[in-house]
Amino acid sequence: MKKFGGKVLFLDRSDINTDEIIPAKYLTEISKEALQPHMLEDLKLEGFDPQGAEAREAEVIVTRANFGCGSSREHAPWVFEVNDINVVIASSFARIFRQNMFNCGMLAIELSEEDISALFEFRDDDGAIDIDFKNNSLTITSGKGSRTFMYNISEFDRALVEAGGWLEFADARY
Amino acid sequence: MAMTLAEKIFRSHLKDEPFPGTKVLDIDVVMCHEITTPIAINDLVARGKDRVFNPEKIKAVIDHVTPAKDTKTAIQGKIVRDWAGRHDIRDFFDIGRNGVCHAIFPEKGFIRPGYTVIMGDSHTCTHGAFGAFAAGVGTTDLEVGILKGVCAFREPKTIRININGKAPEVVYAKDIILRIIKELTVKGATDAVLEFRGDAVSKMSMESRMTLCNMAIEAGGTSGVCMPDEVTVDYLWPFISSEYKSREDAMEDFRRWWSDEGCEYAKVLDIDIAGMEPQVTFGYKPDEVRDISEMEGTPVDQIYIGSCTNGRLEDLRIAAQYLKGRKIASAVRGIVSPATPKVFRDADEEGIIKIFMDAGFCVTNPTCGACLGMSNGVIAPGEVCASTTNRNFNGRMGKGGMVHLMSPASAAAAAVEGKITNPERLRKEGIS
Ligand code: SF4
Repeated sequence: MKKFGGKVLFLDRSDINTDEIIPAKYLTEISKEALQPHMLEDLKLEGFDPQGAEAREAEVIVTRANFGCGSSREHAPWVFEVNDINVVIASSFARIFRQNMFNCGMLAIELSEEDISALFEFRDDDGAIDIDFKNNSLTITSGKGSRTFMYNISEFDRALVEAGGWLEFADARY
Repeated sequence: MAMTLAEKIFRSHLKDEPFPGTKVLDIDVVMCHEITTPIAINDLVARGKDRVFNPEKIKAVIDHVTPAKDTKTAIQGKIVRDWAGRHDIRDFFDIGRNGVCHAIFPEKGFIRPGYTVIMGDSHTCTHGAFGAFAAGVGTTDLEVGILKGVCAFREPKTIRININGKAPEVVYAKDIILRIIKELTVKGATDAVLEFRGDAVSKMSMESRMTLCNMAIEAGGTSGVCMPDEVTVDYLWPFISSEYKSREDAMEDFRRWWSDEGCEYAKVLDIDIAGMEPQVTFGYKPDEVRDISEMEGTPVDQIYIGSCTNGRLEDLRIAAQYLKGRKIASAVRGIVSPATPKVFRDADEEGIIKIFMDAGFCVTNPTCGACLGMSNGVIAPGEVCASTTNRNFNGRMGKGGMVHLMSPASAAAAAVEGKITNPERLRKEGIS
């Protein structure tokens, strides 16, 4: 299983699409590693710096609704993976992105809009999230305190994470 | 029990249900292109699993950047080409025979009602126009599809969209789907199949139905679908005439996929298109849509007519109607990319290519090209493109550029005037 949890990158916007996560011009790469410098390069978000410390040190992303809409490119989860971000927490995901995350053995966690807003309350320079995968819970800790949230994932998504991804799961079963 | 078309396809293709709510389906067609497939191929090779489940059910094309523009894109093409060769994938379309995936695969007769179709491309929903369940997937799903011929889905709910009324002559399928996306929003159909019904859809050509279904993903939809009817039978007849005694027979068979009376919809949306205006996007999301009269006069630098949304013969014909005998404005650049070699050839034989060239358009070979800002018409920062494609995302056609999505008719009108213009105006002056 992958390592889940760590410093948080807060992206306070809905409908962030996969072109913003990794622009199409980098889709000519045939290795995941080559994507590494280009994470969130075209993100339209006031004050966001793709090369800044918050983005570069992050291991978890917290964002709003419909994250990962648009293109089916798995380069979007990959660019996170090669930047050591294995968890995205949002109030909702686009279907293909969500599936791609689990297919890579990564975590796409859905929380209610209220819980997402509560997570944003903890935003400061030191925000970090611990994931207790076994118990379906996550804990945010920052200069503003600490709080634990419960989440749901389907049995299938859990099995994919445990197997290391869909290829491993499918190859063993079919 | 009354079932939707999608539920019927799920039931008939169910291979496994590893957990409640997770359906693993047998896949009828796995489609591949050179952007998302090479990494799947390389991974299979690295794992010592360089195999395909059935070469006849795999279709491949080089379409996004063709001819290759640099070493990297040449390598992507080579990986797919070599792989198709060593696995005897006969339906592989290389340069000279290649076109935009979602245009060329239906044109070759690869899609049938009731099929399950996946591709590593979000606009795979296009193929639902034939009454198939067609879903875009990522590279890992594609990889498993290639190796095992299966794919996992949550059972989709269906949103029914009734499109009724007679639209004004300047309103086309593209305008209707933009209006629907505006209504649903970019996440309104997540995990749902969009079922397009109603009078207006029954009267539409397969090309127009593909335009509708193509943009289902822009509302988050898994697949768009239309009920397979006589129009579907006629389109497919050259490919199925040996399988059925008559067209009526084929219709009878297709009919079994129709959503049953009384089936359960997550939502029903009624769209009245009578009196509707052409629609145009204004922002960076495909649900940011306005009536064209609110956008009129917006200057544009480039016009792009093409893509899996609007690069078919019908689309080129429509644009040419407005362009015939006219010239594009001196300050704009016009680019048209016929979506397939057949579209190109037919358009040429009909004199449409000449109309575009006489008007001042550049005609490119069939490719995705500028649609995703990879080649053939990338725009500069600050530039504006009137485009018949499907995404106006920030940077989509070039970093710092702005894209306004519209129909081929509206794009042609923008070309002539150099700014966003209701094609109605040209219609009044006279069109061919
Ligand atoms: S034409 Fe555009 S949207 Fe369609 S498959 Fe090509 S890149 Fe994707």
